[in-house]
Formats: sequence, C-alpha cells, structure tokens
Amino acid sequence: MGSLAHVLAPKWRTARARLRQERQAGGRGKLALLAVVALAFWLAVFGVLYRILAYFRGVEEIGPLLAGKLLGLVLLSFLSILLLSNLITALSSFFLAKDLDLLVSAPVDRLHLYLAKLGETLVHSSWMVALMSVPIFAAYGVVYRGGWAFVPLVVAVFLPLVVVPAVIGSATTLVLVNVFPARRTRDLLSVVTIAAAGLLILMFRVIRPEQLARPEGFRNLLDFITVLRTPTTPFLPSEWATRAVMSYLIGPFDWLGPALLWSTAGVLVVGGAGLHARLYPGGYTKAQEGAERFVHGWIWQALLAPLGRVFSVAKREFIVKDIKLFFRDTTQWSQLILLGVLVVIYLFNIRALPLFSGEQVPFYFVSLVAFLNLGLAGFVLASIAARFIFPMVSLEGHQMWLLRSSPLDLRALLWSKYWTGTVPLLVLALVITAFTNLLLKTTPFMMAVAVGTIILLTLAIGALALGFGAVYPQFETENAAQIPTSFGGLVFMMSTIVLLAAVIVIEAVPVYQYLQAVYRGQPVVLNWRMYAAFAAVVLICAAATIVPLRVGLRRMEQFEF
Amino acid sequence: MIRLEGLTKRYGTFVAVDQIALHVPRGQLFGFLGPNGAGKTTTLRMIAGILRPTAGRIWLGDDDLLAHPMEAKARLGFIPDRPFVYEKLTGGEFLRFVAGLYGQDGGAVERRIDQLLDVFELTTWKDELIESYSHGMRQKLIISSALVHRPELIVVDEPMVGLDPRAARLLKDIFRQFVGRGGTVLMSTHTLEVAEAMCDRIAIIQSGRIVAEGTIADLREQTRAGNASLEDLFLRLTGGSSGRELAAILGD
Repeated sequence: MGSLAHVLAPKWRTARARLRQERQAGGRGKLALLAVVALAFWLAVFGVLYRILAYFRGVEEIGPLLAGKLLGLVLLSFLSILLLSNLITALSSFFLAKDLDLLVSAPVDRLHLYLAKLGETLVHSSWMVALMSVPIFAAYGVVYRGGWAFVPLVVAVFLPLVVVPAVIGSATTLVLVNVFPARRTRDLLSVVTIAAAGLLILMFRVIRPEQLARPEGFRNLLDFITVLRTPTTPFLPSEWATRAVMSYLIGPFDWLGPALLWSTAGVLVVGGAGLHARLYPGGYTKAQEGAERFVHGWIWQALLAPLGRVFSVAKREFIVKDIKLFFRDTTQWSQLILLGVLVVIYLFNIRALPLFSGEQVPFYFVSLVAFLNLGLAGFVLASIAARFIFPMVSLEGHQMWLLRSSPLDLRALLWSKYWTGTVPLLVLALVITAFTNLLLKTTPFMMAVAVGTIILLTLAIGALALGFGAVYPQFETENAAQIPTSFGGLVFMMSTIVLLAAVIVIEAVPVYQYLQAVYRGQPVVLNWRMYAAFAAVVLICAAATIVPLRVGLRRMEQFEF
Repeated sequence: MIRLEGLTKRYGTFVAVDQIALHVPRGQLFGFLGPNGAGKTTTLRMIAGILRPTAGRIWLGDDDLLAHPMEAKARLGFIPDRPFVYEKLTGGEFLRFVAGLYGQDGGAVERRIDQLLDVFELTTWKDELIESYSHGMRQKLIISSALVHRPELIVVDEPMVGLDPRAARLLKDIFRQFVGRGGTVLMSTHTLEVAEAMCDRIAIIQSGRIVAEGTIADLREQTRAGNASLEDLFLRLTGGSSGRELAAILGD
C-alpha cells in the first residue's frame, strides 16, 4: 500500500531534479536575478508598511487598533485570494492531473491520495501569498518588537490560515465536479473567479478606501474608535489570525485565536477527507467526460473572411486559427474581464485626480501629469502584452512538429502572431491615451506627443513581448496564465521599463521646452533639439521593434523538438 | 526520392544518429526498423525538418532540405508518433489550417477534406473539437492532415499505434495505393509483421548506425539466416533478449 510519503515522493523528486537541471544549465545568473528582484520587492513592501506602522505606533489609543485593522484587511484579502486560487488548482490536481490514472489504479489508500492532493493544491495556490506575507509580518514584528519568538508564532498562525481555504476550495470543487463535467467546471470556475476578482478590485477602488481612513469623516472620535474596535468579520479565520498576532504583539496574549484556527483546520481536514471518500470516485469518473461538442466554426469563417482578401493563405489561416483558439479557451478569454476592470480603474484614477476640484489648476501641472501618464500607460500595456503576447510562441510548443515540417516560413508565423497581438493592443493604447488626455483637457501639442509616442511604444512593446517569448519559451506549461510569471516574463517586463524610462527622459527635453514657452507666453518654435529628441525616440522604438523580432526569429529557427 | 548523406545528430557528447547514408527510391515503401532509442525517430524528425542535423545532407526529390527548406517540405507529408494537435479546433478546421500552411485553399481543398474524413470515418466528427477525439481518432486525423495537400512522399513514425484493425488495414491499403501511383513512403514501425508484409526494402538502425539494409531476401543473405522471419532477423541483428531470458524474468 502506498504510504503518504511514497505518493508525494515523485513531486519533490521532480522539484529537486528541476532545480539541479537549472543549476547545470547555468541558471545561477537567472536565480540571482530572480533573488534580487524578489528582495527588492520584499524591501519595498517592508519599507512602506514599516513607515505606516511606525506612524500608527506613535498614535496613542487608535494606533494599535489601526494596525490590527490593517492586518485584518490584508489577511482577509489573502483569504479570498486563497479561496479562489484553491478552487481552480484543486480542479487540476484532483481531477485533471496526468498522474491520477496511475494513482487511482494503484492500491493507494484514499486518505493518502486525499492528503497528497490537498497538499499539492495548497502548495501550488498558496506559495505566492506565503512569500508576500513575509515582509508584511516582518514589518509588524520589527515595529512592535515581537522578538524571535514572533517567527514561530506567525508560522503557527499562518499554517492553519492556508489549510482552511485549501480544504474548502477542494471540497467545493469536488461537489461541483459531481454536478458538471470537470472541463465544464474548469470553464465555469475560471470565469466566475476572474469575474469575482475583477469585481472585488473594482469595488475596492470605487469606494475609495483612502477616504474611510480619514477620521474627519466621522462625527466624533468615539464613533471612529468604536468602528475600529468592532471586528469586521468575527467568524472568519483571518480575524482569528489577526487577533492572535496583535494580542501577542501588544499583549495580553489571547489563546482563543490560535485555538480556533487549529481546531477549525483540523475539523475541516477530517470533514474534507470524509467528503472525498464519498464523492471522489463518482467525481473522478465524471471528470473523464469530454466538454464541448459541436462548435459553429462557420461563424468565425464568415467573420474573418475579409482577411482572405488582404493576406496570403498561410498567414490568413494562422490568424484565423489564433483568434479561434483564444476565444474558445476560457482560461484565455476570461482574462479580458480583468483587462476591462484594469482600464476602468485606470480611467477612474485619472478622473479622481484632485486636479479639477476647486480652483483652476495650472496648465503646467496638467501637462506634466499627461506626459508622465505615458509611462504609466506604457506599463499597463506591457503587463497586458506579458499576459497575451508573451505566451504566443510557447503555446505553439506541442504543435511545432506540424509547423516545422510544413513549408511555412517562420517569418510569416512571427508576422501573423505580431499583428494578431499588437493590433488590439494598439487600439487599447489609443483609447487609453486619447481618453486620459481628453479627461485632463491637454493642449493639441501634448495630445499629439502622447498619441505619437504611445503608437511607437506599443509597436515596440508588442515586438519585445513576442521576441522575449521566443527567446524564453515555456513549451511544457499547459496553462497560458502561468507563462508570464516565468523568468522570461520578468526579463521582458524589466526591458520594457528601461525602454519606457529612456523614451520619457528623452521626450522630457522637447516637452519641457514647450511648457516653458507656453508658460512665458512665448510662441512655440520647433527647434533642432526638439527634432533631435523626437528622432531619437523614433529610432529607439524602431530598434526595440525590429531587433527583438529578428532575435526571436533566429531563436525559433533553432527550436528542436 | 529521399537521400541521406552522412546524416549525424549529436546531443552534447551523445551521438544519436551517426553518419547515416540512405537512399529511398521513388515508388517504394521503405521500412525503418530498430530497437527503442536506436535513433529512428531522430532521423525521421530530421527528414521532416523538425530537428537540425549536426552534420550531413538531406535530399527530398531534387531539393536539399537545408538549402531549400520550403520547396523540399512542400513535397512532404509527416505523420509523427505522438498526435499533438490544436485541441480547440474542430477536425475540419484543423485540416483546413494544414492545407493553408501548404498554401492551398478553396473548393478543391474542401472536397479533399470531406473525402479524407469520409475515408477515415470521421465525417460525423468533422465539426467537433479535437479535445473530444480518442487517441485513435487523433491519429486518423493526423494521417489525413499528411495527405490533405497531396504530398509526393510520406514520412511516418509508428503509424499503427492506436488504430483499430479496420483503420490499420485501411492505412496499409492507402500506403500501397500511394506507392503504386509513384509516391514514396518511409515508415518506422515496431510491428514487424506489418513491415514484412508491406515494405519493399528495409533498413535496420542500431545505436545511431544502419546495421543492415535491403529486401528481406537481402537481409536473410547478409545474416545467413536461411528462411528466418523478419522478427528473427531483427533479433539477430540487434542482439535482442532470448526467449529463455524473458521467461526467467517473468517467472521470478
């Protein structure tokens, strides 16, 4: 009979082998870069929170309450994120993983199978949240002088906090799979979770939490303190964890928090195992059923027919294929919901800027915001390109035998992928830029600079995403959403930030001259410095477009399968 | 029709394919046999243009694959051993896409697609997503995709895996007819009965080198094996385990 350790052995052996391979393949530089970026991120989170908590510590009476409230909010958001991600991960690990046929057919105890898969689900969906929580707890520990004993306390509190959503997520998925086929459930869950996440973000932004933090909004201080003292969600594990941590830091220590956390986690695991024993065999059988059957391909054929008049047969078929695959894969198109939320929040933030409240804001300031907004818009576009364009080459991985054995010119392939990804990005870029400039009521000169620059930047960002995607392909990853979080995705984002910084620094010269002239009431004269700066931007963006595509093409020619 | 000259593939210090020279004439069904890990799939993938050789040349018809890849690949239909295809396309869409890769479209392609799906009994599945196809149905679809653009030569790796007896028989008939009309097939297989019954000539590869090549009669002569079957010849040439050793292992 397979023991739990035996069932888990292939997982950690695989992880060890992958680490060894990375090291042998000269992955030390890669690892060092990842470590530096992670450390910088940790330090940034720690620094910001340290400042906030140090300020709270200085405020008598309300300080600790505010610190507790903040931790409660953070842990509550962690709990919701964990619940959503466990729902999706449980579906893969319990019902769609490739090792299940082997495990289910072998004489493995059901409880061991449950615990192994629960552990797998927990690790896959919680590692990012766990890493994120390190600088947060560190800041609390340092500011409130928790000492070394604070570390085991945090571990003891955090562990049941990640177990609870893992068990609930797995159990919910188990029930859902018994009702719908697994692949249908996956589609359903991806849309529901992304829509829920989008809605949460949207609500969080639209209610303007920064206003709630201002005590002047309350009738008196007593009201404010009463609100702070009331636990927001007394029946949720995040509140118990907050209670345990804050009572330890401020005293006296309250054992109820850890006791509630551990007993709930224990009861849930036992209950989850019972449910698993009852429902898993039926659910696993159902999970083998197919998903969609007939599709109406002729609709796409009719919609995309005009492409045939413009492009060659191979290019047209490639574009049609890519568009169909995108809109038939729920894990792909559902990301558009988040994209929509992102754009709405972006425009909302511009609208909410305190530029037009009260007296007339100087034209100088508005123009500066509009100009710097280019960098922010560029960053948003880079994130979108990382999610949608960067994985394009990787997603061809398993089918590369077909593309390489056919007389398809790889340039045509790259060309089709570039425009399929870049045209929608360009439309989005123009909408964002035009809208923000209209909202900010900028001058025609600033509008022209913004629109021209964003077009050049988008063309370059699309090429960088595709080029880096070809240089750092992830052929083994089946989930497109995981590809941007790879090392290549990180390198792409860093390169794009360098490009954005370079363009903004160079364009600052003509924009500054323009603003100076308008400010002094002088006529705006285009001089050689302005021309040189704009020419430099055009050259840099052209190079950032052509070079990555060429490098990507050369790399694709060397792919071997 | 297919000519290999000094074809070599190295992975670091490991030599997967070592200086292979082979000629498959037009109008022949050529069997490519060898034990697991001998270098069959690597050789076929190099001929299909998926892997780049470390050294050597590959001629498909009059075209050098490395110098004129587009022209050479246009002559070829490749059937891999593992049927990875776009799961979210339907069978009909997939065949249309493959025809497009060869620059073909229009009414003629649509008729060809219908013919092929009909022959392989996939017509009722034409508008279903490939993700709901069984392994055998995928294999049939990939075989159809290798034929959709009317190639001059077919390179096929383990064609019978996953096919039901009817489809296997159909494939054999298709290959025989294809060769009868002047086409060329280079086929790797572990089903030695199929190779014995179908192939005009056979090459046996071991540890990256061709150890024997010719008709079955030629191979018998080379090994002085009398009237031995292809299975016996294969085991003799590749040093396979004897029946007694196998029985001992299974009896343990």
